[in-house]
Amino acid sequence: MQKNEMRLTDLPDEHGHFGPYGGIFVAETLMEPLDELRVAYEKYLQDPAFIAELDADLQHYVGRPSPIYHAERLSRELGGAQIYLKREDLNHTGAHKINNTVGQALLAKRMGKTRIIAETGAGQHGVASATVAARLGLECVVYMGEVDVARQEANVYRMRLLGAEVRSVSSGSKTLKDALNEAMRDWVTNVDNTFYIIGTVAGPHPYPAMVRDFQAVIGREARAQMLDMTGRLPDALVACVGGGSNAIGLFFPFLDDADVVLYGVEAAGDGLATGHHAAPLCAGRPGVLHGNRTYLMEDKDGQIIETHSISAGLDYPGVGPEHAWLKDAGRANYVAVTDDEALQAFHRLTRTEGIIPALESSHAIAQAMKMAPQMDKDKTLLVNLSGRGDKDMHTVAAREGLKL
Amino acid sequence: MSRIAGVFSALREQGRQALIPFVTAGDPEPSVTLPLMHALVEAGADIIELGVPFSDPMADGPVIQRASERALAHHVSLHDVIGMVRDFRRTNEHTPVVLMGYLNPLEVMGYAAFAEQAAAAGVDGVLTVDIPPEEGEVFVPAMKAWGIDPIFLLAPTSNRARIERITAAASGFVYYVSLKGVTGAANLSLDNVRQKLAEIRSCTDLPVGVGFGIKDAQTAAAMAGFADAVVVGSALVSRIEANIGQPTTAIAQIKGVLEEMRAAMDAG
Repeated sequence: MQKNEMRLTDLPDEHGHFGPYGGIFVAETLMEPLDELRVAYEKYLQDPAFIAELDADLQHYVGRPSPIYHAERLSRELGGAQIYLKREDLNHTGAHKINNTVGQALLAKRMGKTRIIAETGAGQHGVASATVAARLGLECVVYMGEVDVARQEANVYRMRLLGAEVRSVSSGSKTLKDALNEAMRDWVTNVDNTFYIIGTVAGPHPYPAMVRDFQAVIGREARAQMLDMTGRLPDALVACVGGGSNAIGLFFPFLDDADVVLYGVEAAGDGLATGHHAAPLCAGRPGVLHGNRTYLMEDKDGQIIETHSISAGLDYPGVGPEHAWLKDAGRANYVAVTDDEALQAFHRLTRTEGIIPALESSHAIAQAMKMAPQMDKDKTLLVNLSGRGDKDMHTVAAREGLKL
Repeated sequence: MSRIAGVFSALREQGRQALIPFVTAGDPEPSVTLPLMHALVEAGADIIELGVPFSDPMADGPVIQRASERALAHHVSLHDVIGMVRDFRRTNEHTPVVLMGYLNPLEVMGYAAFAEQAAAAGVDGVLTVDIPPEEGEVFVPAMKAWGIDPIFLLAPTSNRARIERITAAASGFVYYVSLKGVTGAANLSLDNVRQKLAEIRSCTDLPVGVGFGIKDAQTAAAMAGFADAVVVGSALVSRIEANIGQPTTAIAQIKGVLEEMRAAMDAG
């Protein structure tokens, strides 16, 4: 490597570009508020008092560091590489989403904002936002597609218990992308007092970089933990990718470790060939949506098409621009796993290790189950178990013809 | 001189302001758009803003969102919209047409291919809501190369440095978003608009249009007191929605709204 070559970890550039991806594609009204956010973020990222408060919250409120667990029985049954799980499912509220909402809420407080808005798909980010809003005494409105409100009833109730107002979005496809549109419309209207907590590494700059930096705690911990437990870095990392926040959080601290192979797992839904999926990196093409240029699921006219996945958290037609860049740069591999494969992995992990994974994370488990038997027993695979499966009981039961 | 510059220069001589109606192409169905465009001109439109339907219209309120959904139910594409302008030009060579929408359909067609086809069809300007000048390094020259005016938005949150940067990239006119919010919102403050327009005028000689939230003749006339152009969209599109299946009635009502605005603006 040349000495002055730009490293992957140096991105994005000052305008939020990861190569041709990312950037700021929003209506003029939001340009100044986004700049205000960028300035505040860059300032507090360097502020020891802010970092200390964030670290304390991550330790005492979120429950970090999250452990790494060697899934010995699963590894033995598969007969290949040793599978390790980064247990983000053990965080407060049950998923990695809280790492980011804690950070953004602290930023909102520093910026003097009194109202928080968020979009949510599966409801995990909505719950994580409502949680931090309750703790800080901030007003909270969560936008959620009508379809997701129906399939994630329990999370809707959790958000309401926490004092958030859940607004059901009935425009467009009535899912996560439409919730994001509606949150943007709210923000543009209430920009003076409102902080928009985006839940994934998408959206206009600085969100993809900021959310990544808040989630990178996953990879920083994991890197040290794996060195401690196994004496070396893992051979491969595996994480599911919807917008891509848990994946980038795990990958980022390993980007310069060229020997660590990265696998992002998209939702193949009914199968990539059917068109019913949510895999823009595997089967889409670049375009502009939700403030950034990235891979999208779109038709020949550039209209965004409806996606399908059994997991609401992966049911999104775009993906974070940094993943688009890592794909083109060849640093990360992106593959897709079907609904059926994810369900098999869900049951397999539950029965062999006594850990019920979220359907999102089950996609990563499924990929690891494909890879492990092809690898030697002394190789290690680190899977990000990004969330727990309690929220998915109804979905899984319904697949089996049961009603809870 | 471009058609847009010609219109503003003629109006300036007459001491009048431009009335710019917005309708979504293909709403409620493609066959309505051409007669509707001609009706807008008859009712006093100086420039037409033709909305290009998009699946995710982030800057639009519910009225124009639903217009997009109705048009998309008929699969109206950017290609189709350019075709509508071509048809309009067969009998109208003087009224400028500005396409307004979002970037992604243009990304898919390709900027240069779009500009070439749009210019050939008689499109005069393009306003893509989600491309600020910062991201326009390729886009702006591609439009100007074919004589298409890139029209940019200014907002209540635009500071002086941004106003200068945006007016430097823009041509034709600039479009001031009169409120913090989406199209068709209800929180318009005339005083705030007047103040901001004075600041914008100190940065540019380009004509300044004002839109978002202008619902009636009285507001249109008040805006015309300090702007060069008044843009009205949701107040017209809502008439289409109220008269689905009765396009003749919808067009008649839209003409009525526009004629009232025209009269109030010209009287003021």
